[in-house]
Amino acid sequence: MHKRNKLGGGIGAAALAAALFGGFQTASAGEIDSMNFTAVDRGRYLSILSDCASCHTVPQKNQPFAGGRPIETPFGSIVAPNITPDLQTGIGSWTDDQFDNAVRKGIGRNGERLYPAMPFNAYTKMSRQDVMAIRAYLSTVTAVYNPVVANTLPFPFNIRMSMRVWDGLYFTEGEYVADPHKSAEWNRGAFLVDGPAHCGACHTPKTFLGGDKTAQYLQGSPLQGWSAPNITNDTRTGIGGWSADDVATYLKTGHNRITAATGPMAEAVDLSTSKMTDDDVKAIATYLKSLPGEEKPQTAMAASSPEMRAGGAIYRDQCSACHGQDGKGVDRLFPAVANSSMARADDPTSVIRIVLRGARSVATDQEPTAPGMPSYGWQLKDEQVANVLNYVRNSWGNAAPAISPDEVGRLRASVAKRSD
Amino acid sequence: MEALADRIIPPDPQTPGGKDSGSAVFVDRQLAGAYGSQEGHYVRPPFINGMKNQGAQSEGGPRKDYRDGLAALDKICKAREGGKAFADLTDDRKDAVLKDIEDGKLELEGIDGKSFFALAIKDVQTGFLADPIYGGNHDMAAWKMIGFPGARYNYLDWVSRHNEPYPLPPVSMVGRAEWSSNNSGAK
Amino acid sequence: MARILPKKDVVIVGLGWTGSVMANELTDEGLDVIAIERGPWRDAPTDFPPSQMQDELRYRIRHELFLRPDQLTFTLRNKLDQQALPMRDWGAFMPPNGVGGGGVHWNGEMWRFLPSDFVLKTHLTQRYGAGFLPADMTIQYWGITYDELEPYYDRFEYLCGTSGTAGNLRGQIMEGGNPFEGPRSRDYPTKAQTQPFSHTLFAKAARELGYKPFPQPSGNLSTAYTNPHGLRMGPCTYCGFCEWFGCSNYSKASPQTTILPVLVRKDNFTARDNSEVVKINTDRSGKHATGVTFVDSSGETWEQPADLVILSAFSMFNAQLMLHSGIGQPYDPKTGEGRIGRNFTHQTISSVNGFFDKSKFNFNPFIASGSIGMCIDEFNGDNFDHGPLGFVGGGYVGQVQTGARPIESALTPPGTPKWGAAWKTAIKDNYLSTVKPGTGVHGSFYAYRDIYLDLDPLYKDRFGRPLMRMTIDIKENEAKQNRYLTDKFAEIIKAMGATSLAKTYRTAPYDATTYQTTHLNGGVIMGADPKTSAVNRYLQSWDVSNLFVLGASAFPQNAGYNPTLTVGALAYWAADAIRNQYLKKPGPLVDA
Repeated sequence: MHKRNKLGGGIGAAALAAALFGGFQTASAGEIDSMNFTAVDRGRYLSILSDCASCHTVPQKNQPFAGGRPIETPFGSIVAPNITPDLQTGIGSWTDDQFDNAVRKGIGRNGERLYPAMPFNAYTKMSRQDVMAIRAYLSTVTAVYNPVVANTLPFPFNIRMSMRVWDGLYFTEGEYVADPHKSAEWNRGAFLVDGPAHCGACHTPKTFLGGDKTAQYLQGSPLQGWSAPNITNDTRTGIGGWSADDVATYLKTGHNRITAATGPMAEAVDLSTSKMTDDDVKAIATYLKSLPGEEKPQTAMAASSPEMRAGGAIYRDQCSACHGQDGKGVDRLFPAVANSSMARADDPTSVIRIVLRGARSVATDQEPTAPGMPSYGWQLKDEQVANVLNYVRNSWGNAAPAISPDEVGRLRASVAKRSD
Repeated sequence: MEALADRIIPPDPQTPGGKDSGSAVFVDRQLAGAYGSQEGHYVRPPFINGMKNQGAQSEGGPRKDYRDGLAALDKICKAREGGKAFADLTDDRKDAVLKDIEDGKLELEGIDGKSFFALAIKDVQTGFLADPIYGGNHDMAAWKMIGFPGARYNYLDWVSRHNEPYPLPPVSMVGRAEWSSNNSGAK
Repeated sequence: MARILPKKDVVIVGLGWTGSVMANELTDEGLDVIAIERGPWRDAPTDFPPSQMQDELRYRIRHELFLRPDQLTFTLRNKLDQQALPMRDWGAFMPPNGVGGGGVHWNGEMWRFLPSDFVLKTHLTQRYGAGFLPADMTIQYWGITYDELEPYYDRFEYLCGTSGTAGNLRGQIMEGGNPFEGPRSRDYPTKAQTQPFSHTLFAKAARELGYKPFPQPSGNLSTAYTNPHGLRMGPCTYCGFCEWFGCSNYSKASPQTTILPVLVRKDNFTARDNSEVVKINTDRSGKHATGVTFVDSSGETWEQPADLVILSAFSMFNAQLMLHSGIGQPYDPKTGEGRIGRNFTHQTISSVNGFFDKSKFNFNPFIASGSIGMCIDEFNGDNFDHGPLGFVGGGYVGQVQTGARPIESALTPPGTPKWGAAWKTAIKDNYLSTVKPGTGVHGSFYAYRDIYLDLDPLYKDRFGRPLMRMTIDIKENEAKQNRYLTDKFAEIIKAMGATSLAKTYRTAPYDATTYQTTHLNGGVIMGADPKTSAVNRYLQSWDVSNLFVLGASAFPQNAGYNPTLTVGALAYWAADAIRNQYLKKPGPLVDA
């Protein structure tokens, strides 16, 4: 069924929107022919931007989009549903409206509210056309019979009615509106970051109810035993010292001259950002580099303190063989720890975790090496982990708040329970 | 075993001997493990004695060798040294007994004394020079004595410094004192 | 009863250097490839991290990364009239185990053979006359020349990022390099490693004696490097834990650092570890391979059918598998007939340790890499006149000390008691001022009629198959060669300023208990003549045309150099032949 309506409304915004959203001069009421190659392929790309595969596919299991993967939230785990076209257990028998409501409004098929583990509060930025293209693509993937019980949250979070309140507090429905004072590239980047790529889902800290702390937009947040870093332009703890090219290279290849993607970001690079077009990663970079950076001053720990001296001894003996006595590492092999925003992050969860358990960086076609850092948790006591991290975080011009042995001990205990 | 270790590596005022540095502990642990039972060796029969250069054809393994060897050592001492076991002899007498065994002048019952003593020398000295996590080389005493900096990995800034003493203390796989803040010395 | 798996285009036996090279080449060609490896998967951050790797007891003394003899071993005798006995523990050599093979634990020494090495018999006969060679010496032509192999030497060097100084650049002799090497088409991919004190001092002494020392070509890199596959390597940090150990910081060339991360991303590549291939299967004609049979870690037997079989196990295991599979006639030393097992060779190794005045010399000997070293090549191959000397062959000599791990390196001068207070004082006084080159004299080992491989009549492996029997000895020619080289080497060590020397010569009988490198070669040799070789110049079996046998098993004799670079070059050479010739028209590439 083809319904083609003329584009109504104001010329400026609509034209800009048309230019941004792939040249669809005719915006319809949403019905896109799923046999239309262009729509399907556009939907495929949008699903990559939105990283649907990541949550809706169990890793290593060769059943894309069949659901069954538990998504960690601060309130417990929710299992992502089956979004293959299977009629009984997937979305094959959903209407277009039902699909759109789920993706952009957070309303399930039977009118129930979805938990924001499904980032509908970001996907709302997409247009109905976008979502219908995604639907067109999803209707072509292999249908898998896989019944998934989605709601596995503990009481009282399993009561979806409470989402009404949440939505009221935190959900602002609405498509992305271009800023006419900014370039097309900037707008594309802002759309991607706040829309399909939903960067804030991980990188914006959350209130105790799990909504965004908008005042700290993209300034970093803990999740899944890691701390997602600050990606605003703070030079100490964010990407202030990165060029736009550094950002784009990082997203495209998983590595740049400063650092490498690991943990949950490795997956995001592997499944999503490495598959974006060069123009899109550039747009994201342009947008992120335009954000302000809060410069909170921080005094470095004194090099002569006992903790720093002990940390220096550990660093010399254990770390310098890869990261260098000068902390500069080796380009795209061992990340630099000198002048590293990640090393200096106020929330030390990621750096402590990396020392305790090691970390593997992502492999992409452009950067296939995927070097790994070994774990030191067996070798270093809590106090020693704190010493070496304090040394790294406060040397070569770095400055960061001190880490205590107790902090290491708490993280060691909580991370020990994790299987990832 | 401790007595034997202390003659193979005698104590001196600067550096502990085989006993206090833990070589006997090392040998004990090694014998309790894979090394002692020849784990991984080809132990299928037949066991035929060949030429020395064809390698050991021993069915028993080090654990048996030590049990037999230490027992035989005590037996020969008791017979030759007025009823005293090896550990009860004076140091000079111990050394004399060992020298005779080494020279083939004194045979042990049921085991080739020369080979057994050579085995004990090898294992005691190995324990002395191995990483302290294995029980010997306590507090890296042997490494400090010879000047080996231990389990390090990065000498990039020292390759070109020729004929200069390397200044850093040795480190074992479980670290060194300087890694803890209440003990920190030079970096 | 073996269960039969779905067919693959290619099955590769062994995922070491040659297996990895071939797997990468053939998957690039679009073929569906499976590699089957007896040992485990090995990965640097998890298997040899820099927090654990510096453990001499574990990895050198107890050799944790190596094959366990109870999994597979050999029997050994020196002469035909002796009974061979099993090597119950390793000594003279140490076979690798696991993905990466010897490439995980090797030193990284990367030598090209001399042009004359490939045409040795002709060369020596022309220069000295046929009568000059021992009657029982069976050296022969490789079937290829240095010039044909040169581009593949280059390829493997650039795969690995080899650090070195060119000696012969397109015919021009270059200062600071090896003046005797064959011409190379371009310079090394990275510059030579910086040399520590004793190695530098050796070079100085050698120069003063009129030699031309040069840095050993090294697979431990001098700088960060990105190889042609886009894989990144770091600079070696001279840790001194190289041979026997995996590299913790991506600075030693290995399949892990140079090929595998790219290989494992390919959908048309599968690897099975902890699975031991026990037979190459052929059809009823015996002329066509149908695949392999392997046993997994549960003891279950499987058959993996394939159109093309690549035998890339370590050299000795190649020969063994050929014998167990009944491919090619086994060699009989009494008649001189048969091809499988003939021309088995090792390496002729000795050294000279130098003890110096500790008040004048502090070598910090623990600072070193696996392929560090300053060497001279004046006494290699036929680089010198053998006429008056009464032997053929030679090798490089050099201060190639790779570290000073204390259990093995706390040496004492000759005459020191082996235990007691004197021993203790002596190791204290000598550790920092001893030069211990290790494989300082690295000589050739030519082939002989009665040095060969066959199946043992008595001892069996865990599957009930006969162990392979090595009949090997040090012949008079090699003993003379070694004596000559060792004496020359000793002169240089003395000229460095040593107070005393400890010289060891390599003499008969061949000793299974002292380590002499794991450069075991031959048994499935390449050549131009199917009567005297097992594989043709492309390493394709003369008997079974869809079987290629890669590795040092192809060497008709061993030269005075470490084998790996030649092994790698031959693997690329064979891969090229398969891609450009064999796949277009499967069948024998050379007329028999």
